[in-house]
Amino acid sequence: MKELVIISGKGGTGKTSLVAAFASLSSNHVLCDADVDAADLHLILDPQIKKQQDFISGNSAFIENEKCIQCDICRDLCRWDAIGANYEVDQIECEGCGVCVHFCPEQAIAFPENHCGEWFISETRFGPLVHARLKIAEENSGKLVSIIRQESKTLAEENNIDLMLTDGPPGIGCPVIASLGGATAVLIVVEPTVSGKHDMKRVLQLANHFKIPALVCVNKFDLNIEQTLEIEAFSQKNNLDAIGRIPFDPQFTKAMIEGKTIIEFNNNSESSQAIRDIWKSLEDRFQLREV
Amino acid sequence: MIISIASGKGGTGKTTIACNMAVSIGHDVQLLDCDVEEPNAHLFLHPIIDNIKTITTPVPIVDEEKCDLCGKCVEICQFKAIVILGDTILPFHDLCHSCGGCELVCPVKAITETGRELGEIEEGHLDGLQFVHGRLRIGEAMSPPLIKKVRTYCDADKLAIIDAPPGTSCPVIAAMKGTDFVLLVTEPTPFGLYDLKLAVGAVKILGIPCGLVINRSDIGDDKVMEYAKETGIPVLMEIPFERKIAEAYSRGDLIVEIMPEWKNKFQELYEAIKAIVY
Repeated sequence: MKELVIISGKGGTGKTSLVAAFASLSSNHVLCDADVDAADLHLILDPQIKKQQDFISGNSAFIENEKCIQCDICRDLCRWDAIGANYEVDQIECEGCGVCVHFCPEQAIAFPENHCGEWFISETRFGPLVHARLKIAEENSGKLVSIIRQESKTLAEENNIDLMLTDGPPGIGCPVIASLGGATAVLIVVEPTVSGKHDMKRVLQLANHFKIPALVCVNKFDLNIEQTLEIEAFSQKNNLDAIGRIPFDPQFTKAMIEGKTIIEFNNNSESSQAIRDIWKSLEDRFQLREV
Repeated sequence: MIISIASGKGGTGKTTIACNMAVSIGHDVQLLDCDVEEPNAHLFLHPIIDNIKTITTPVPIVDEEKCDLCGKCVEICQFKAIVILGDTILPFHDLCHSCGGCELVCPVKAITETGRELGEIEEGHLDGLQFVHGRLRIGEAMSPPLIKKVRTYCDADKLAIIDAPPGTSCPVIAAMKGTDFVLLVTEPTPFGLYDLKLAVGAVKILGIPCGLVINRSDIGDDKVMEYAKETGIPVLMEIPFERKIAEAYSRGDLIVEIMPEWKNKFQELYEAIKAIVY
């Protein structure tokens, strides 16, 4: 079982468009949208939901006013300043640590579980997709990422599928860390900009920290050829394989508007050809082709 | 006044708007880069850094001499950050949310606190602009505590512009909460619109007035504009796609540097926000 996770550090470099394109090139895989915070892969893949499950995670404190004697112990102990002036808990600030619940002398604080979102197993024209929707303003995105990656893995194993393609989140924090553990490799999609390069280096450090092999491809490479060359030189110097360049192509947006992958939209475009080359390189490297 | 700049989707131009607006206003202005996972504003502003501070969050250490393995700390910890293995008590600092519960509940006072490094805060300046950003330590999972620390640098006598991280979960909320206005930067594409709706949902939960900047306004379709009309969210600026702008961005140049006529537009953007807030 192999898992390729597409990440970028910086947002908006083309992770999702690239994963969708890979989906239309690969023949046997499970797709996993681990960007649970702003999941977009479904906008291209048009999934038919087969199974839906609630994501329950953590707890939140609620003061029961009729029991509360306003002793202020909760307020003194809460490190999130979540206890409001009228002894109501600010649900955005509440960390769910349960300290107030434990120390309330009147047992006046309820501590129900949080419903933080849903996750789905769906069918798409490119095979199964496991995806999720974290409720707005919720926490525990890392935990949700871990769940959907585990579900993808189980689904793949049950169906004798040997490859997982995971669309990762931006950044280097909790959901990204949850996306990396145990992956075969990460492909970092970088744009040739000072921001793109800066953010790639940070997410690469993260991949190194967790000892996950990393590869790089440059999207919109012709927007700044100097930056592209610098990224490739940096990759070479750091034993990081730069496996391809994709040209800047407004057809990505046009394809997205039609709900298509770039391969479906225009199989003969330069960008489609570049992505096919990258995909072939990945197939060779990780022996993804079926024998 | 505090203006936060957010987006839902990444890469729509938050940092571009934040930096160009800050430089166009030029005085009595702060730029606080709260995208602590991937801070980029410094790449465009090149501030002179005056001060670097390491930020930590409290985590428990256990005096094994005193600990009698009663397990009360394990029981109160909601995050499985302290466990008993055989006859050893083991705190997992990476999992700790710093609530202090274990220390409070320990009957033999065996627990004290030390710090786990969250990252660094760098403070600097550029002419009349004060610059602050956080930089999350590689491997650190929790960004909201560092974002909240960056927010403490807000000066009530100045205009504070906050560059928020992408997404709609806790890090963005930490960056937007309690700000006077949220400027949402989007692009007219299906991904841009979908993530914009989520971001608007988050702004609504916080009850903050908001407005839109549509970046690369001519690359996609009209759905973002239609959505703005339907929901009554004002479109405060549109920036058409120009290769010149994209190339300037790629080099780390500001729009107002290569096209000084945009300075007025960013000042007008600020005036428009002021008119909504006051």
